[in-house]
Amino acid sequence: MRVEITVNGSGRSDDVEPRLLLVHYLREVCGLRAANVGCDTTSCGACTVLLDGVSVKSCTVLAVQANGRSVTTAEGLSGVDGQLHPVQQAFRQEHGLQCGFCTPGMVMATVGLLAENPDPTEQEVREGLEGNLCRCTGYHNIVRAVLSAAGRLPAAGESSGSSAPGALAAPGALSAPGELSAAGER
Amino acid sequence: MIPSRFEYVAAGSAAEAVDLLRRHGDDAKLLAGGHSLLPMMKVRLAAPSVLVDIGAIPALSYVRVEDGQLAIGAATTHQAVSTSPVVRAQAPLLAWSAGLVGDPQVRHRGTIGGSLAHADPAADLPMTLSAVDGRVVVLGPSGQREIGADEFFLGYFETALAPDEIIVEVRMPVRPDQPWGYQKFTRRANDWAIVGVATVGGRVALANMGPAPVRARSTEQAVAGGATATEAARLAAEESDPAEDMHADAPYRRHLARVLTKRALIAAGVPA
Repeated sequence: MRVEITVNGSGRSDDVEPRLLLVHYLREVCGLRAANVGCDTTSCGACTVLLDGVSVKSCTVLAVQANGRSVTTAEGLSGVDGQLHPVQQAFRQEHGLQCGFCTPGMVMATVGLLAENPDPTEQEVREGLEGNLCRCTGYHNIVRAVLSAAGRLPAAGESSGSSAPGALAAPGALSAPGELSAAGER
Repeated sequence: MIPSRFEYVAAGSAAEAVDLLRRHGDDAKLLAGGHSLLPMMKVRLAAPSVLVDIGAIPALSYVRVEDGQLAIGAATTHQAVSTSPVVRAQAPLLAWSAGLVGDPQVRHRGTIGGSLAHADPAADLPMTLSAVDGRVVVLGPSGQREIGADEFFLGYFETALAPDEIIVEVRMPVRPDQPWGYQKFTRRANDWAIVGVATVGGRVALANMGPAPVRARSTEQAVAGGATATEAARLAAEESDPAEDMHADAPYRRHLARVLTKRALIAAGVPA
């Protein structure tokens, strides 16, 4: 089946089998290897990417379900000049990784979380990353990194916020966070 | 893990989906968020030859109040249900329950209709539909019909849906100011309930205490008769037929049902 998918801002058109999983499409068709296949059972979150700006586990999405939509992987976060996204910077600064396998998924889940809730409490960060497992159990610094990216960590920088609010927007998002509620409510 | 081969059709409307189901019969399955079906297909517990995708039909995703009823489109995601100000105000028990399904990524994809049609007795939403006295609106070749929660769930992963019917809407009475209780006992984050309890408006429903959501009718009658939560909760497992698995044997599940029901009833305003 022919699919048209915007991957990290670039439109693509590919012939795929309907049973091709999005994570395999990204890794094997697009050559983007940031999203990892960890558990392959919708549990670990290592394959997390953004679909229209919203975090999803790409091992449990068919590539054909992304037809006509926009996908962002960790490769799509950094700027054209290679500058790291504020969330990536925060993970580096706070040492929010050990072996690194869960990191692309953690980073993408964080970008999605902060797009929905730009100013989370530590509890909200922990609940927001409930779908991402770190086998190194490095959660402490991961949570610090997310709080740092959100400007919630006093020691993180000279100013109150380590990044401009707009810089945290999820690439490819269709709507502002406030518009995520279901249609028909307004 | 790769699913078996299948043909994929994206339906443009609910009526088109019904037509596709009618044409392909038992070989076809509906795909919405895919967060129950795709994991089963990946381990080949399910191998439909045709997938009818209803996940991208905007007309199936909405929340509205009509005639004192909360109406939610079948393809509305758990995330949209749990964060909707309308659901939070009119059916707070449902909003809470939807917010406990899986994890954020799962809630971004999984849908209310999909979870109900999947009918896992350990899941949050089937129990919740029973507790809130909800109904599903179903579309088939001969038109629409409504099925109440207690008639909808027939057994393990089994519902009253015909093979060519689809859930188009979920309805329930609005309960803006009614106290409610919800207990979900799990061993791990984002897991299914080992036992769950949901109660509002005098109804008490249990998850994972039988092949379908179980109404704790003896407890309901005791509460209606003026019993305390402690007294009524002793009867919570009377109607249950819990399975045994690696998490819990049947006596432990019955014990959990009694303890959790007491907590839920107290939260719902029943005197301790």
